[in-house]
Amino acid sequence: MIDVVVPSVGESISEVTIASWMKNDGDFVKLDEPICSIESDKATLEISAPKAGKLKIVVAEGETVAIGAKIAMVDETQTAGASAPAAAAPAPQATAPTQSTSGDKNFPSPAAGKILAEKGVDPSSVAGSGKDGRITKADALSAQAASAPAAKTQDADLKNLAAQTIAGSFSRDIRREKMTGLRKTIATRLVNAKNTTAMLTTFNEVDMSAVMELRKKYKDAFKEKHGVGLGFMSFFTKAATQALKMYPAVNGMIDGNELVYHNYADVGVAVSTPKGLMVPVIRNAESMSFAGIESKIIELAGKARDGKITIDEMSGGTFTITNGGIFGSMLSTPILNAPQSAILGLHNIVERPVAVNGQVVIRPIMYLALSYDHRIIDGRESVSFLKAVKEMIEDPSRLLFDL
Amino acid sequence: MEQFDLVVIGSGPGGYIAAIRASQLKMKVAIVERYNTLGGTCLNVGCIPSKAWLDSSERYHETVHSHSLHGIEVSGVKLDVKKMSTRVSDVVSGITKGVSFLMSKNKITVFHGHASFKDKNTLTVNGKDGVKEISFKNAIIATGSKPSSLPGVTIDKERIITSTEGLKLTETPKHMIVIGGGVIGLELGSVFRRLGSEVSVVEFADSVIAAMDHDLGKELQKVLTKDGMKFHLGHGVTSVERRGNEVTVKAKKKGTEEEIELKGDYVLVAVGRRPYTDNLGLDKAGITLDERGRIPTNDHLQTAVPHIFAIGDVVKGAMLAHKAEEEGVFVAEYLAGQKPHINYNLIPGVVYTWPEVAGVGATEKELKDRGVAYKVGKFPFLALGRAVASNEKNGFIKVLADKNTDEILGVHMIGPRTADMIGEAVVAMEFRASAEDIGRISHAHPTYSEGFKEACLAATENRALNI
Repeated sequence: MIDVVVPSVGESISEVTIASWMKNDGDFVKLDEPICSIESDKATLEISAPKAGKLKIVVAEGETVAIGAKIAMVDETQTAGASAPAAAAPAPQATAPTQSTSGDKNFPSPAAGKILAEKGVDPSSVAGSGKDGRITKADALSAQAASAPAAKTQDADLKNLAAQTIAGSFSRDIRREKMTGLRKTIATRLVNAKNTTAMLTTFNEVDMSAVMELRKKYKDAFKEKHGVGLGFMSFFTKAATQALKMYPAVNGMIDGNELVYHNYADVGVAVSTPKGLMVPVIRNAESMSFAGIESKIIELAGKARDGKITIDEMSGGTFTITNGGIFGSMLSTPILNAPQSAILGLHNIVERPVAVNGQVVIRPIMYLALSYDHRIIDGRESVSFLKAVKEMIEDPSRLLFDL
Repeated sequence: MEQFDLVVIGSGPGGYIAAIRASQLKMKVAIVERYNTLGGTCLNVGCIPSKAWLDSSERYHETVHSHSLHGIEVSGVKLDVKKMSTRVSDVVSGITKGVSFLMSKNKITVFHGHASFKDKNTLTVNGKDGVKEISFKNAIIATGSKPSSLPGVTIDKERIITSTEGLKLTETPKHMIVIGGGVIGLELGSVFRRLGSEVSVVEFADSVIAAMDHDLGKELQKVLTKDGMKFHLGHGVTSVERRGNEVTVKAKKKGTEEEIELKGDYVLVAVGRRPYTDNLGLDKAGITLDERGRIPTNDHLQTAVPHIFAIGDVVKGAMLAHKAEEEGVFVAEYLAGQKPHINYNLIPGVVYTWPEVAGVGATEKELKDRGVAYKVGKFPFLALGRAVASNEKNGFIKVLADKNTDEILGVHMIGPRTADMIGEAVVAMEFRASAEDIGRISHAHPTYSEGFKEACLAATENRALNI
């Protein structure tokens, strides 16, 4: 028997939820065949079979387990067709005493440990009220409220029920679903960003004519040479990175009593996925070509939508761009992607009457929003940053000359 | 054919506890026992009768040897070993009846007879009133163990005996030769030594109770030697012969040709126990044994057949009643969908000699081998008011704590009532207490348990108060 354990998905991740089993208990699986998808608070990952053999599922769908926990076993002595008697599984091992390096924080009492195991709650997520942070039975009992073990089947039943009843008129039914790890983290992070920063938003508008003209002109050649389409995102990313160079505070962050400035721009691009919002990061965007940026965005967004993105690919950004325009947003105030200090919001492009040289003309206009942390970025810098982006988009030759 | 949610094979402490817990969890439970009385080895021919013997023999020994020290002159003391043996039987029958009562109280069906698997879901019980078949959804194999012997040594159950017969003797041997210096050999050896027998222990290892922390064996051997027990350590038995009522044991010193010859009237073979699965029909259920005759199980004590579990002496781990009990509860709860856990590292081991010996967690050697940085705190009973008052000055308590975190990693005691005191150490370790934690918890004065507090203080930063 080979144990299938939850791999480490990132250093800040201590537990994951079994999102779904792609194989049934007792199925025969091939080596490296995906068998399960797990969901952490940052990403969804597939787990593959470590060996060919018969699958024995240990942890059910919807349950939350700690990193390193055994979720299934593969009996390699059994292969499809053959039905040799199950090989002896390892006998219970004497557990070596845990080398405590972090004291006794979150160590559950024997009764508390059992309760938490049954609820699928990771002890590290429970605040222990006992001596030196130990988790008492009372702590374990009340941990239920925080993460009740919503059984998947029950969940599914409720979904069916909802599907049936929504069709009917005047339904008064409600539906409750367990929050996924991803949704919980999104919730916590957004509230944190709002509560711990001095966030406000500055706006501007940008005439997209020049960029659209350029794009029209070089679209085909670009595609032919680089194999990717020339989109607006590369223009905005390039413009933003140049503006970040001019106003380093916008690319900085607060760490305790220190300000951290980055001599590079790792730009996060918000992507909407079926699981929720994800923000893959384009590293060293300031040094990349238009084509490099476009292909990186396609690669990362694809991975994010397929649930294959890694935590590393989503962490460590210094600035974020979010485009609500793809859903038709005219104007919005994005929330900071903490610990970053600024986020640029793009919106839809609408033909608007504007005054140019005393004449009312119709131009494709996009409103820009920059939400920023006023603790580190002054009004002058934020407004100038946004104005710089605007000018580069309206006159892309500036991008060329670093103006 | 009667159908049960759970059938437990064997009514020892593992089996009967599993049955009760399963019944509490609303399962329909049956238990099968091949002997007439319930309770298995522990109650019938193990823990309980040996403690009864130990207690009786200790009283006699005290009366003869220690009372005068306390200013009590006793004369005309008479020893009636037959009566002593009868009392032991009474104790056993009282307790086994208690188990029967518990079975009916918990509505557990008891079958008397030898169980064997017919197939994966059926058990045949061959009893006094014929052969019965019972079908089960789940089964627990809790058939325990039997005393094992040495190759070439035949147990005749009269003069060459195991603990089973030793616990039923009705006379005091003149010279009992004990093969094996482990728990069973030393406990029974102590019984007969106290009753006046000459006792010689032959042990292959270089120390007695070799599995426990080394300091404990050294101290125990010292005390028992003072009491008149003789030890031949590092000796491998080469032959055991009986002629009439005389038995001769020959043994060679390890690595040499030096041979000793011991003559006595009884030989107690106490070299360990083997898992007992004879005629259980495991092959019909699809279960094979490992190389040591144990039933292989996974972390959930599941055998190769997922609905058949095995616990206690037939599986890996220490052959201890309280380990089997934990496993019994574990399986019952696991079957009920709960998620119990057993901390195998924290199952205490106890030797009921006098002084008593007890230990839990890692031994000093284990910590050394694992390369763990540790501190030692040791406190002798000699320095404890209560021990001096009671003239129980032998022994010590030794606490091993992590050098960096001060977490208690092992506790080893030899001295008065350490069998009961080890419980405090187990509780502390289950909660991962540091040595200092114990040093800051009030212990009543004067008690033996103060010794644990002092040893913890010594481990914390060598600040024991009374030494």
